[in-house]
Formats: sequence, C-alpha cells, structure tokens
Amino acid sequence: MTKHRSGDLVQRSLMFLYLGLLILLPIAAITVASLENGVTALWENITTRQALFALRLTLTTATIMMVINVVMGTLTAYVLVRYDFFGKSVVNALIDLPFAIPTVVTGIMLVILYGPNSVLGSFLSRNGIQVIFDKPGIIFALLFVTYPFVVRAVQPVLQNLSPDTADAARTLGASSLRIFFKVTLPALIPAILTGAALSFSRAIGEFGSIVVVSGNIPLKSQVAAVYIYGELESNNSQGAMGLSVVLLLISFLILIVLNFLQHRRERD
Amino acid sequence: MGNSFQNSNPWKKYLLIGLSMTWFVLLILVPVSGLVGKLAGLPITEILLSLRSKAAANAFLLTGKVTLITVVVNTVMGIIIAKVLVKQHFRGKLLIEGLIDLPFAISPVVAGFMIVILFGPYGWMGTWLETFGIKVVYSLPGIVIATIFVTLPFVAKEVIPVYKQFGVQSEEAAEVLGASKWQTFWWITLPSIKWGVIYGVTLVLARSLGEFGAVLVVSGNVINQTQTATLFIHQEFTDFNYTGAYAASLLVAAIAFTVLIVIQAITDRHKEN
Repeated sequence: MTKHRSGDLVQRSLMFLYLGLLILLPIAAITVASLENGVTALWENITTRQALFALRLTLTTATIMMVINVVMGTLTAYVLVRYDFFGKSVVNALIDLPFAIPTVVTGIMLVILYGPNSVLGSFLSRNGIQVIFDKPGIIFALLFVTYPFVVRAVQPVLQNLSPDTADAARTLGASSLRIFFKVTLPALIPAILTGAALSFSRAIGEFGSIVVVSGNIPLKSQVAAVYIYGELESNNSQGAMGLSVVLLLISFLILIVLNFLQHRRERD
Repeated sequence: MGNSFQNSNPWKKYLLIGLSMTWFVLLILVPVSGLVGKLAGLPITEILLSLRSKAAANAFLLTGKVTLITVVVNTVMGIIIAKVLVKQHFRGKLLIEGLIDLPFAISPVVAGFMIVILFGPYGWMGTWLETFGIKVVYSLPGIVIATIFVTLPFVAKEVIPVYKQFGVQSEEAAEVLGASKWQTFWWITLPSIKWGVIYGVTLVLARSLGEFGAVLVVSGNVINQTQTATLFIHQEFTDFNYTGAYAASLLVAAIAFTVLIVIQAITDRHKEN
C-alpha cells in the first residue's frame, strides 16, 4: 500500500511541476512584467486610441460571429441528429475540417476567394462591399475557424435527449415550432452556451487567419492579437503588455463561465 | 429513434437541411475548393518544384521534429494528469482542472509572448538556463515549448472521461487479483483508455502541424533555422510566391485532415463493435 502511495505522490508532483512550469510561471511572469512600470503605465498602454480600437473591433467581430454561429451551429446539429439525407455521414466527418486546417491556410483560402484578384472579390468591391482588408473578412475567418464548436457541443446532447417529452407535447397538440422552443431548446441551452463560449474565446485570441485576411490597418481592421504582434515586432513589449493582460483576463472570465456551465450540466 | 421525429411536413425538413448545408458548403467547402482549384490548374512539375527548395524542406523537417516531440511529451503527461485527476483526491483539484483548460482560452500570440517573457534572455527561466548554455527563445526549444503549451489540454481532456467510465473499476479488480502496478497499467489501464488517448493524440498532431501565432512570436522566423511549415507558408504568401504558398498549404492541411479522418473512421468502427 505504501508503495502505491509513493507512486501516486510522484505522479502528482510531476503534474504540479509540469503545469507550474508551463502555465503558472508564464502567467506569473507576464503579470509581474506588466506591472513593472506601475499600474498607470499599464492603463495608458491599454487606453491608447489604437489599442482601444483593436479591442473594440475584436469584441464586436467575435460577438457577431458568436450570434451567427449559435443559430447556424444549432440548426446544423439539429439537422444532423434528426434527419437522414444523402451525404450526411460525409458532412458529419467534414464538420471538423476547420480544426485540421492551419489558421494561416484559412486566411490564404479566404484571400483566394474574396481577394481583389478573384472573380467574387472584384464583383463585390465593384458593388461597394470590401471583404478582404476589412471587417467582413475578419468575421468570415472567425466563422470558419470556430464552425465546429457549437455543432459539436449541441450534437451529443440532442442525441441523448429523450423523445418522450416532445412526444407528450405533440400528443397534447402542440405545434412543432412550439415544441422546439418550449421543450427542445431549453434542454439544449447549456450546450449551446458552452459552444458559444468556446467559439467566443477562440475568436478573441484568433491570429493566424486574421493576420492574412485583414491587412492589419490600424483603426480600421486591426484586432487585438494582431495589435499585440505588431507591438512585439516593433520591439515595444510594454505596448504589447496592455492588451495581452486584457486578453488574459477575458480568457479567465470565459473559463470561469465554462466551468460553471460544465458543473451545472454534471449536476443535472 | 427516427420516426417520432420525422415531421409530417416534408417542406420543413428540406428547408432546414437546405439551409444548414448551404451554409456549410459556402462557409467551409467553397474556400477549400478555391485553394485546390488554384493548384489544379498548374502543371504538377511546377507544384513539386515549388516545394523542392531548401527552405521548404527545412521548414517541413522542423515541423515534423517539433510535432514528434510535442506528441510524445503531451501524451505521457496527458495520461499522467488524467490518472492523477481521476484517481487522487487532494486540495485544489478543481482549480487544477480549470487550469488545464487555460491554453485553449489564451490567444496564441499572448502564449508566445508569455514564453518569451519567461524564457527570454531577461526572463526568470531564461537567465537561469543561459548559465547552462541553453538558449530557448528564437531556437528549437522555444518552438517546442510554445507548441506543447497550445496542445497541453488535448490528451488529458480526452482521456479523463474515458478513464472515469472504464479504467477505474477494472484497475481495482486487477489489483485485487494481485497484478503489479506496471502490469495493471499496460494490460488493464492502457487498453481501456486507448480510444481517448488516440483521439487526443490526433488533436495534438493536427494542432502541432498547424500552429502559427505562438510559434511566430517565439521563433524569430529565421529561414532554414527556426522557420516551421506554417511560417514558411506565410512567408511565401507575403513574398508573392503564391504557388509555393498554395502547395505547402494544401500539403499541411491534407496531412492533418487525413490523420483526423482515419482516426475518426477507426473510432466509429470501434464504437459500433
């Protein structure tokens, strides 16, 4: 028995060492470094016009993506679980495609499709819609890289949802639209929120696809992660510190929400 | 299941299928086919030539090296973390469980920046390691650490639920029957968590091959030295060497996707049995 316990202790210590070195120490290091010149200096780095614009653009594009993703992701999960149709298993396998494609490649693909040299891109720009080097491009990139999150969060829950309540409601004469909103949807809300939070947190930090697509024009198409990279490129690590700390805080916040949702699901 | 769900109104069914699949095709398939189409129009020799440069070979070699180390380290550590979190009880366990998710939530650029601060020439770890002559940032160790960081949660996250479901009870039975710790691990634990491990490894593999932001910040992007495949793609693209960029893009994406599909097929077959 004692031999087993000592083995346990070795494994636990190894885990603490690993997580401490790779996660806690880097966070401690950036926290200390960001406060090196005082809180006011950090605040000034966050509140420059360019940084604030980048932060606002990040939050608005991520929010727009999240709303679209919640609707289309839930719909896609619903269709994949409830209906049979030709090619369904292929689609089901391809849902994860965005996880396999490197983010830079996603950006390049969008430039090929919507860029100034493409048929679609030049058609759209002649009609006053600019996708690449502007906000629509950023939103398309975010939608692409976060596509699987809501689908994959909702799908298993919908699969395990007992049809009894829906059947009961139908027997009692409820319309199918009413059943969806009163019976099915409430049961899916925690899963939808989990998918939404995952895609939002991914979008807040997204870099590779956006750096290719957006053109990174300050005060026009520069998001937070790209702003941070720009500051690092010009050797201004103090300037990069401000938004890095803000992004970290947002990450913590989303994680707390996600953990809360997970514990609620496990309790139910 | 099926029938009770199949609504009497077929229009609704076709409308919903049409809507969701149109979205899927426009958002995902059309951009992918656009990339394939760009290369399909070119002679195959030109495509291959664009990948024959020394820079391309070195970039893919470096990515292979980094991916291999990352997969090994995070598989071993992921299984240990899962084992500790499932079987042991200690104070602060909930906090650790939350901590493991952090790399998913942190922006790759910020992750790279944190590693530069900690392991850079003026960082706590950096100054200490430098006394042993080890340079982390702007060289291979930094790229490896960055990739390990962004893929840290995958194996542990996939193994924990499988372990809870299958591993614990059979382990206890084996121990009661007098199996040693290693025997139990090799013959009982590992086979029962196998699918969780395999799926986790696949995700680590795909992400390691494709990681860009964290590696870009940490590596310094020196051609033939610290340039990974994705950095090479980005460089070719910004240098207007489109054929090279497209060919390398397709190669990385195809490798990652093949791995994902093969694993999914194996897992599905296993689930059916």
